[in-house]
Amino acid sequence: MKILICISKTPDTTAKIAFTNNNTKFAAEGVQWIINPYDEWYALVRAIELKEKDPSTVLHLVTVGGADTEPIIRKALALGGDEAIRVNLDSSDSFSVAAQIAEIARQGYYDLVFTGKETIDYNGSSIGGMVAELLDLPYISLATHFELNGTKATVVREIEGGEETDEVLLPVVVSCQKGMAEQRIPNMKGIMGARTKPLKVVEPVAITPLTSVVAFELPPAKAGVKMVSPDDPAELIRLLHEEAKVF
Amino acid sequence: MSVLVYIDHSEGHFKKASLEALSYGAKLASQLGVTAEALLLGTVSEDLASLGAYGAVKVHQVGQESLNQLDAGRYARLVAEAVKATGATVVVIANNLCGKAVAPRLSARLKAALVAGAVALPDTSKGFVVKKNVYSGKAFAHVSLDTAIKIIALNPNAYPVSKGEGKAEVSALNVAVDPSKVTVLSTTQASGQVPLTEAEIVVSGGRGLKGPENWGMIEELAKLLGAATACSRPVADAHWRPHNEHVGQTGIAIAPNLYIAIGISGAIQHLAGVNRSKVIVVINKDPEAPFFKAADYGIAGDAFEVVPKMIEAVKKLKGMA
Ligand SMILES: Cc1cc2nc3c(=O)[nH]c(=O)nc-3n(C[C@H](O)[C@H](O)[C@H](O)COP(=O)(O)OP(=O)(O)OC[C@H]3O[C@@H](n4cnc5c(N)ncnc54)[C@H](O)[C@@H]3O)c2cc1C
Repeated sequence: MKILICISKTPDTTAKIAFTNNNTKFAAEGVQWIINPYDEWYALVRAIELKEKDPSTVLHLVTVGGADTEPIIRKALALGGDEAIRVNLDSSDSFSVAAQIAEIARQGYYDLVFTGKETIDYNGSSIGGMVAELLDLPYISLATHFELNGTKATVVREIEGGEETDEVLLPVVVSCQKGMAEQRIPNMKGIMGARTKPLKVVEPVAITPLTSVVAFELPPAKAGVKMVSPDDPAELIRLLHEEAKVF
Repeated sequence: MSVLVYIDHSEGHFKKASLEALSYGAKLASQLGVTAEALLLGTVSEDLASLGAYGAVKVHQVGQESLNQLDAGRYARLVAEAVKATGATVVVIANNLCGKAVAPRLSARLKAALVAGAVALPDTSKGFVVKKNVYSGKAFAHVSLDTAIKIIALNPNAYPVSKGEGKAEVSALNVAVDPSKVTVLSTTQASGQVPLTEAEIVVSGGRGLKGPENWGMIEELAKLLGAATACSRPVADAHWRPHNEHVGQTGIAIAPNLYIAIGISGAIQHLAGVNRSKVIVVINKDPEAPFFKAADYGIAGDAFEVVPKMIEAVKKLKGMA
């Protein structure tokens, strides 16, 4: 069993979101970077669990990004995984990123490709589906449970207002969300070991981007809260009905 | 040339998010001087011609029962066929669970630019630029779609449904449907419930409610308002409520017209999933709770006293008491 796990670097969940260069660039100064939570808590940890069950499983991590993503990749390796590949491309175009991952996946003959359900910065939810299409593989999106049985996988995915249990032949691409696994904290042994795990840097294949970001914008500030006395919740209901007109 | 709108459905009915997508697509079509056409895969109990009232001139259907089950690969192939058949230059699809599975595959298949999570009509004054949500609701990006065919995945509740008059012409799209690569073993669905992402009103509870046994009043208020229920992450983690109610940065992102947060502190990760709500109401006994800074209306008080009184007031308003 060979699993490829897609890892992305995102600003910490508490990071202040601001832009520079005339609103064309994320203001990265002073920002803490983390492994995208969906990639870490769900995709990577579930893959590590599969390896714990079957130690012959090989876990490869892939990230598409500049040299500044390496600390994040090392952090991911501290949790688990055998080696990492970094494709040396900094791009905000989902298709360009997906095409690089598809290329790595094609060369590596993986049985499984795991992604997080989305990144918390670009909120694209696109990489998994694009990789699956480029590889002509089935794609199970927004999975909450994943089990292997031989050459097949049983996957539970979220559907509107419920869940669906699917069976699919490997190889398959799966995007992972809450339910797949529980968050883990790397231990000292993992952190020490991660330093010597192979991290291969490869140059990107030539891809024409399909999109480009023209500018960013911050939402307008809230006007401020209107407080209602705790003794008069009926007044709140009146305001919601007559002033805000939400029901 | 046309704008092709993908119509998602479940349990025989059109999804509201798809009617929003169609209203958006019709508006965009008139902006571009072309027509809006709709595509439906599978079967519904509703009248397809009625999609004309939302602006579709034609409705194409691939009416195989087996297509009622989502298989992203198969759907993407069929939508691609429909794009070819209709000469569509723009595809609009709701950015719901189905859209998130299908749109990226379609984009890769057609090498067509995709904007996932659009919140407004494109700006076509200089190219084709669409505003989308980024940084979990904390910012927007204006994304230029740089290919001849463009795909817009529209966030639910970002564009209003506009319904007029008219019937669409319905026709079967003649395309080969290959067998699905995904076998569905079982589904569990809480039917009759308002899906969280489509709900116009959401009533949400946090750790301040102390335990699952206290959710009765949350459910009652929600029911009275026709709302969906949600919760904060620790509440789902403690299994007080199911995981699919967890909203926030690592849960579901929602944008209802009204979000009522009860006993939730308003941590930044929670706000990330709800800050696009049009009106936010916060009930919290701590007047310093950070959530009040993001709220439109608030009551600093004990939920166990305030919420029953809110329920009474809503009943009165609805003539039920
Ligand atoms: C990486 C990361 C991702 C995260 N993702 C999410 C996410 O997606 N969603 C999410 O919700 N959280 C998320 N969190 C957790 C988040 O930081 C908060 O811990 C969480 O939102 C707090 O939940 P809460 O408001 O229900 O509980 P608390 O913070 O414990 O707040 C309870 C509130 O209830 C009030 N209260 C108590 N009793 C009463 C009463 N009787 N009446 C009225 N009010 C009362 C209190 O004043 C308090 O404000 C994440 C954290 C991290 C680090």
